[in-house]
Amino acid sequence: MLDLKGYGPELLDGAVVTIELAFLSLALALTLGLIGASSKLSGNRVAKAIATFYTTVVRGIPDLVMMLLFYYGGQVTVNMLSDWIWEAYEIDFFFQFDPFISGVVTIGLIFGAYMTETFRGAFLAVETGQIEAARAYGFTRWHTFRRIMFPQMLRHALPGIGNNWQVLLKTTALVSIIGLTDMVRVAEEAAKAERMPFHFFIPVAAVYLILTAGSELFIKWLNKRANVGVVQGG
Amino acid sequence: MPDFIAQWLNQNEIFTAMTIMQYWDGLVNTVQLVFLSLVIGLVFAVPLAILRTSKNPLVSGPVWLYTYLFRGTPLLIQLYIIYYGIAQIPGIQETFWWEIFREPFYPALLAFALNTCAYTTEIIRGAIVSTPAGEIEAAKAYGMNWWLRMRRIVLPSAARRAVQAYSNEVIFMLHSSAIASVVTIVDLTGAARNIYSRFYAPFDAFIFVALLYMALTFILVFAFRKLENHLLRHQRPVGS
Repeated sequence: MLDLKGYGPELLDGAVVTIELAFLSLALALTLGLIGASSKLSGNRVAKAIATFYTTVVRGIPDLVMMLLFYYGGQVTVNMLSDWIWEAYEIDFFFQFDPFISGVVTIGLIFGAYMTETFRGAFLAVETGQIEAARAYGFTRWHTFRRIMFPQMLRHALPGIGNNWQVLLKTTALVSIIGLTDMVRVAEEAAKAERMPFHFFIPVAAVYLILTAGSELFIKWLNKRANVGVVQGG
Repeated sequence: MPDFIAQWLNQNEIFTAMTIMQYWDGLVNTVQLVFLSLVIGLVFAVPLAILRTSKNPLVSGPVWLYTYLFRGTPLLIQLYIIYYGIAQIPGIQETFWWEIFREPFYPALLAFALNTCAYTTEIIRGAIVSTPAGEIEAAKAYGMNWWLRMRRIVLPSAARRAVQAYSNEVIFMLHSSAIASVVTIVDLTGAARNIYSRFYAPFDAFIFVALLYMALTFILVFAFRKLENHLLRHQRPVGS
């Protein structure tokens, strides 16, 4: 039987941290993706420019560099802010910048950019005839979005969302570098202390494998459901 | 030169010749690491992708397992397993391999090459599988044997279909290579981390390195666009 040398509960806690991090980042990424795609497709030139800048910058920078920038940069900003508040008002305002929040914000921002592209493509894949029909029925813009565009867009977006989710899940391992005790961090400490790298890293790798394989099955099932009304060619 | 830039350059204590040299060394390490792992990965990915398309499960199965394992787990864990694990292999410290693998560069290279090879194998497999059946029939009708068919018809046509996905993989590899800094390699990110801890200036250190990565990314995007135009020039609309 697998003997984790007493690190079992810690590893389990770490796994919970990983999963929480992944889901919160996904929620942020989906929100940013929807906002980004709507801005890119809107007629507003400023919104379009901001969204294009966002996706271009994020996709040009490694995730780890962005994470380090937010984590260390965030701490320095908090320190400066608290110094300034102390000097101005003599109120003690200091907190340690949290690696969990830095992780969620960074991963959410990065995958928000990828989701923007996914949603943009999916919105464009909805036939214009559908939108015209909705207008002809007297739907308002919001109604058209909610009743016609959004549900149909989702079907086209699902495969892309699934891919992004798989990559996101693996990216969460990076938060161990900025000091968050996720399961990778626990495994690393245990492996160093016990001098047994395979013993601790392979179970953690297996957990990731189970998560990605499980997601794959779930996404397949969702896809099947979303495409129930579609007659596939070929 | 505008005054404010001149002033900033005079006052700045961080971007001296010393730190610029550190970034330069980091750039050299990053480029070496990424380039070598991509080349090694691609060289092994082509035969593996062909094996992966085999109808015999004993041939395609192991390749599937390899790509599944390496694509289903984070690169960071793969790097840790190889970096910490190699020293634990019994007897390795007495062989000449130890001289090579005690440097963090080589375990990192091995991890990156194995990882990118797995992704590239799947990209090429996808391209091979989607070869139009007519092309293969035509090649057979010309009496080409399997090897000739592969070399003259299937692989060149698959390369055209794979190039776009592969360009994404290359950029992904460049970005993933930032984690080399956690096993004490001074790549671009490693240099930025050293400079951050010396001056406690996260914005200067990391924004500068982010701009360098962005420049590298854009160079790659541009180069791949050129390559794509070259490979797909027969599909260009007439008159353009």
